[in-house]
Amino acid sequence: MNNSDVKILIVDDEQIVRESLTHWFEEDGYQVSSAADAFDVLKDLHPGKYDIMLVDIKMPKMSGLELLEKVKEIDPDCIVIIITAYASVPSAVQALKNGAFDYVTKPIDPDELSHLIKNAIKQKKLKEENVALKASIDEMFSFEGLIGESPEMKKVFELIKIVAPQDTTVMIRGESGTGKELIARAIHMNSPRRYYPIIPVNCGAFTETLLESELFGHEKGAFTGAQYRRKGKIEMANGGTLFLDEVGSVSQKMQVELLRVLETKQFTRVGGTEIVKVDFRLISATNENLERLVEEGKFREDLYYRLNVFTIYVPPLRERRSDIPVLANYFVQKFARQMNKPILKISDEAMEILLNHSWPGNVRELENAIERAMVVGKPPEIKPSDLPFHLEKVNSFESDSLEEVEKKHIQRVLSKYDWNISKAAQALNIDRVTLYNKIKKYGLQKN
Amino acid sequence: MDQAALILLNFNAVSLYDKITNNLKQHFNLNSRTIIPDIDLRKFYSEERDQYYSTKLIEYALLNYSEFKKILMITDFDLYVPVLTFVFGEAQLNGKAAIVSAHRLYPEFYGLPPNDELFISRLIKEINHELGHTYGLRHCFNFECVMHSSSNVDEIDIKSENFCNKCLEKLNLF
Repeated sequence: MNNSDVKILIVDDEQIVRESLTHWFEEDGYQVSSAADAFDVLKDLHPGKYDIMLVDIKMPKMSGLELLEKVKEIDPDCIVIIITAYASVPSAVQALKNGAFDYVTKPIDPDELSHLIKNAIKQKKLKEENVALKASIDEMFSFEGLIGESPEMKKVFELIKIVAPQDTTVMIRGESGTGKELIARAIHMNSPRRYYPIIPVNCGAFTETLLESELFGHEKGAFTGAQYRRKGKIEMANGGTLFLDEVGSVSQKMQVELLRVLETKQFTRVGGTEIVKVDFRLISATNENLERLVEEGKFREDLYYRLNVFTIYVPPLRERRSDIPVLANYFVQKFARQMNKPILKISDEAMEILLNHSWPGNVRELENAIERAMVVGKPPEIKPSDLPFHLEKVNSFESDSLEEVEKKHIQRVLSKYDWNISKAAQALNIDRVTLYNKIKKYGLQKN
Repeated sequence: MDQAALILLNFNAVSLYDKITNNLKQHFNLNSRTIIPDIDLRKFYSEERDQYYSTKLIEYALLNYSEFKKILMITDFDLYVPVLTFVFGEAQLNGKAAIVSAHRLYPEFYGLPPNDELFISRLIKEINHELGHTYGLRHCFNFECVMHSSSNVDEIDIKSENFCNKCLEKLNLF
């Protein structure tokens, strides 16, 4: 912001004051205009018309204080400095309370005026930088990591755009590794709550007792080892968004607790009596068939309806194969940057393998595959041998359904690692909870 | 070479006169004619403030010495404009006349021992600054440039008496 960009208005009923200050500011190169009374100013005032206003507190028709209030209604960002010949503390304090930047008494010390204007411009700059920064943050998070050109993903993006600005509860459904958390973040970052945190909780990763403490926090001495009061995730999400991943794995008891919080927006910490009030948006995610769990009585129907207000279904990677090249190249660029390596081209043969793989671990598995390829691969291109697997191509005319292919693949990997869940999950590039869920889903058993 | 009216209005440091005229030649290519005006100062004086109204003095100069290319008034009086407590000087932006007050440039004003060298350096800077305005120059961001804004004497001491290249370029257009 140069001086020539700064628009200053002097409002004073004394012509001599207007002239002197105009002259003073013109020498500094500001755009200066003046008005003899408040009504002249308000006639065509609009946001951004002036950056700084110097307003005399004592004017006929309408006082400087009244003008200040009206200016702040029309343009809250306009910096108003009150000029007063009556250095009465109450009127000056009132002006500051009403949003004035500062006040000066007539006659004004040039040094003071110079500093005051410099500070006002500094504040203006800071505000503008802040807005720009927020805008860049918004842009940065907009759909960060959510890559896709397929019609299926375009539909997902459309839904995010629709639901993000509302305060609606959202349920994201899709297999593990499809990017459900990224979608939750995109919703949060494009919502009015974006300046508060999004707090993710993986419900599948905790036992019932631990999840309770994780969500609600605990008081000092609530249980053995609880040496300090600890805020829970729900409390931490106050003002922002609570993201409950793997919500289908929440126990019956915890479902009741959760339902109560959602209905009353208040709770007590474990071992405590104090009621904590909270305001958050809830986004949940699951890769399970919740309807079936409701039918089986494993998931409360009332909670199901509370969570399932607006649903976004994220298709697995195998259902949107056209996104594979885009994603793969995005990950190549990402890891090239991270590893400070040249960008490698994915050879046609390697791409064919990527396109034909069933991707049980979805995007996360693809990301891990490319990361490995970038580690072992050598310029100029990623070859099939650089990929972490050698797969038979999925024959689209094969009678096996994709679920069947996935089931067989998981069975094979489990056998290979002698049912060591950790190792098998690592090989499949999925987490242990997901692997357990898939074992349950396909009814797999150790021979 | 253009001629400037150098109006000494109750200015007592006449020993520095040569330095002032040489400076006008050096920086502005101006010859100067010294004038000590016979003037009734009462209408420019504020008893309440014990100061002289600089804008009115400029008006007087313009009215009486319009034949000169530039008019520079130098005075020991303390100057003011109604809305400010004091001014070091005033000038017509892109105009003809400028006035400089030496009153607050003397170290004695701040309770310090006299220092002619410091005083003349301050005076030259203020002359160049105000005359710079008459050539259309506005305040400069370069803190060493004489056109840098100074609202206290320390800021005058920081800057040099010369114009920075950017300001000099604009000055040479005249």
